[in-house]
Amino acid sequence: MTRLMLRKCAQLVIVLVAVTFFVSALLRLTPNDSVDRIYPTATEEQKAAIRSDLGIDRPVISQYWDWLTNAVRGDLGRSLTAERLSVGEQIRNALPPTLQLVFLAQFLALLVAIPLGVWSASRANGVFDKTASISSFALLAIPNYVLGLVLAYVVGVRLQWLPTQGYVPIGDGPWDWLRYMILPTVTLAAAQIAIYQRLLRSDMITTLHSDFITTARAKGLSRARILWRHALRPSSISLLTIAAINLGALIGGAVVIEVIFQLPGMGKLIADAIFKNDYVTVQGCVAVIAIGYVLLNFVVDISYALLDPRTRRVTTAA
Amino acid sequence: MPPDLATVEVEALTGAPSAAPRALRIGAWLALGWMVFLVVLAILAPVLPIPDPAESIGEIVRQGPQAGHWFGGDFIGQDVLSQVIWGTRASLLVGFGAIALGLLVGTPLGMLAGYFRGPLDRVVVTCLDIMLSIPALILAIALTAFLGRSLVNITLALGIIAIPQLARVVRANALTYAEREFVTAARALGASHLRTVTREVFPNVVPALVATSLLAVAIAIVAEGVLSVIGVGLPLDVPSWGSLIDEGRQHLDTLPWVAFFPCLFLFLTVISLNTLGDAIRQRFDARETR
Repeated sequence: MTRLMLRKCAQLVIVLVAVTFFVSALLRLTPNDSVDRIYPTATEEQKAAIRSDLGIDRPVISQYWDWLTNAVRGDLGRSLTAERLSVGEQIRNALPPTLQLVFLAQFLALLVAIPLGVWSASRANGVFDKTASISSFALLAIPNYVLGLVLAYVVGVRLQWLPTQGYVPIGDGPWDWLRYMILPTVTLAAAQIAIYQRLLRSDMITTLHSDFITTARAKGLSRARILWRHALRPSSISLLTIAAINLGALIGGAVVIEVIFQLPGMGKLIADAIFKNDYVTVQGCVAVIAIGYVLLNFVVDISYALLDPRTRRVTTAA
Repeated sequence: MPPDLATVEVEALTGAPSAAPRALRIGAWLALGWMVFLVVLAILAPVLPIPDPAESIGEIVRQGPQAGHWFGGDFIGQDVLSQVIWGTRASLLVGFGAIALGLLVGTPLGMLAGYFRGPLDRVVVTCLDIMLSIPALILAIALTAFLGRSLVNITLALGIIAIPQLARVVRANALTYAEREFVTAARALGASHLRTVTREVFPNVVPALVATSLLAVAIAIVAEGVLSVIGVGLPLDVPSWGSLIDEGRQHLDTLPWVAFFPCLFLFLTVISLNTLGDAIRQRFDARETR
């Protein structure tokens, strides 16, 4: 176990170094000098000052080291716009809406998918199962921004039930906050519902064929009790793993949904920064999301190994 | 990251286990029909009797669908039907181009790792894990934001994010087939590694790879739309479904048809590619032919 932990930690370090190096080098990817592109009118001295501020006039390694030491202290630089806003500050403001969206969507998806999955599995190939299976197949083919636009049009523009643009912090009124969060949350959760339902269904069907379920049936336990108390827990391990890992992927999905619903989170921050050619802010956002995702995966990975060694079966069977 | 969760996820995403084989067959033919139709549209776009997508036509400025302009006109009077058809070109080009690129790099990587295993495999898997350690969409956005918006760069960015996914599928399959008797037999008969890999292992990997690639094309086409909405999509003079959806999104309350038609095309395309991928998987997957 300790050897496994050491290996995982070594992997974590390698991945973190690679990711941060990539992110810090992003500024060099721009084909023409990015400073020329952002400040076409600046004098040569001004440009040189910006270049040295960004560190792109120095060797890659030295730029990386400076970027990394600053980033570790929470300093991700200042935006390239006239206001020179602190990137760290902007991200601190943008994180709450994004995280709220991601967690709400995750919660909603599991809340809906678990009963659906259990019910589909309990009568596999029945009418309900077939309907659920076809619906989830169709649901998976709807890109989230398409679903978002449809919901915004039908619920927001036509029915006028919910606002489609903007955000109210939860502190300013939980009810208003929820009204603004509903459409983005449903949009982000939809595809997850389909994924989770399918995953739980197939695991649950396998569990329902095992001996202890037959025993439980023979004991005369009720169908509901067998499903919810006996079969659900052993069937939910890969569901929960995927759900945990998906938290990171959901941030990718949240990015586009935030732009559609004008939710002031990380995605909107990235889109606005791109619009203003503010590469430093884009870089900072990518850094925070990537590092967060790496750490999340690490935690999932570790707890996965700690909690139940048997679950490795799931990964090798694929 | 636990080794093959990506594969578990892909299987959860696809494999319509309870769909009746007959329904799936009909669905697959419909899906194939739609894809052929799209390819023909994309190729024939310049000779079809449709207006120039960039041309502003006075009568259809902000006008809904009508005779002669079946999909209506947009904010500045460009014909939406014509834009959707020209957009098919860009969207298919980006989708298939990106996956071709991903296959070009991902297939050899996955084959080498899965066939030779050992240290080579560990190096490849670590590299793939590093690529997967940034959420794919964020990576694509970062790459296009910094490389600049162009058809080539967007295809490149979406190709790069496809590499690890495709390589993993190839590796997982190569791992199982490299263990099989016919591979040992080929080696015993004196076949070189190159020959064994290309003639014995690779053909067996192809069905799974094709199925995954079709799904990946769908993902790339969808991702192109994401890039447009974020503001790093194709340049304005290259219409694509994504850029059209992004335009329509900004006039959703007044000109809903601008977003509706490209969304419809996108949905039909994604569901077709998913159906085809599923059909191929079921056709070749011995486990599911029970």
